[in-house]
Amino acid sequence: MSVDWNHFTPLASLAGGVAIGVAAALYVLGAGRIAGIAGIVGSALQSLRTRPSNAMLSWLFIAGLALAPWCWRFVAPLPAMRVDVGAAGLIAAGLLVGFGVRLGNGCTSGHGVCGLSRLSLRSLANVIAFMGAGAVTVFVLRHLIGGT
Amino acid sequence: MGALTAIISGLVFGLGLLASGMTDPAKVKGFLDVAGAWNPSLAFVMAGAIAVGLVAFALARRRQTAWSGATIVLPASTAIDAPLVTGGVLFGIGWGIAGFCPGPALVALASGSGAAGLFVIAMLAGMLLHDNVWARRQRKVASA
Repeated sequence: MSVDWNHFTPLASLAGGVAIGVAAALYVLGAGRIAGIAGIVGSALQSLRTRPSNAMLSWLFIAGLALAPWCWRFVAPLPAMRVDVGAAGLIAAGLLVGFGVRLGNGCTSGHGVCGLSRLSLRSLANVIAFMGAGAVTVFVLRHLIGGT
Repeated sequence: MGALTAIISGLVFGLGLLASGMTDPAKVKGFLDVAGAWNPSLAFVMAGAIAVGLVAFALARRRQTAWSGATIVLPASTAIDAPLVTGGVLFGIGWGIAGFCPGPALVALASGSGAAGLFVIAMLAGMLLHDNVWARRQRKVASA
């Protein structure tokens, strides 16, 4: 293993992480909800069919997320978003992520940030599963198939 | 009050994702690539978020109602079961392929990334497939 020092941004990442934590804190203490994107998007999607009244907060949270890059642009250029897979890879990945986060009841935010902050062993198990699977996937694609 | 809280929470969350590097799939994959040129940045994202989260959820656990007056709903389940782990594994494979997880993908889409748009459409399809086909079939099997 070697560390990629050129792209290592501990301070920016720590600051961004603190902002994410503050947002999760505000959502649970202010609105009584868990800031888990998989759950928020899932409840917004279901509200299109069943129209439960409690989905309004989910839609507003998503609107806030969508506003973020527009507010960012007022101050600084947007950071790079380097995608290195083609359309087929994006579609396969999207299907797996969408199905997986609903089956496991959470993603990087719901289990990762909120669950670990609640000291939930259930969330820890999910985080180990997705981080482990993510690392194995990158290893297979880059080093076994990609040959680097 | 709840409405304003939700939109500000989403906004701050999105700004945090942008600042942290989570919206850059190459950086996410760099973090997952422990055998190559490893980029530990995302560990700092988790550390920062959890440091604040620990305090927030300790406070939330002692309260019944949020500032908006709504009841604070914390997850009750503690079960470590097959769907939890299988779901995590499937999610992790997709995360490793594209470098996007749900929140950053939405922010990247709102930034105008076509690749993120394609990913999000597939992600929504995957969610619907689970919620409206898979979960329903499981319930039918359970009640039969």
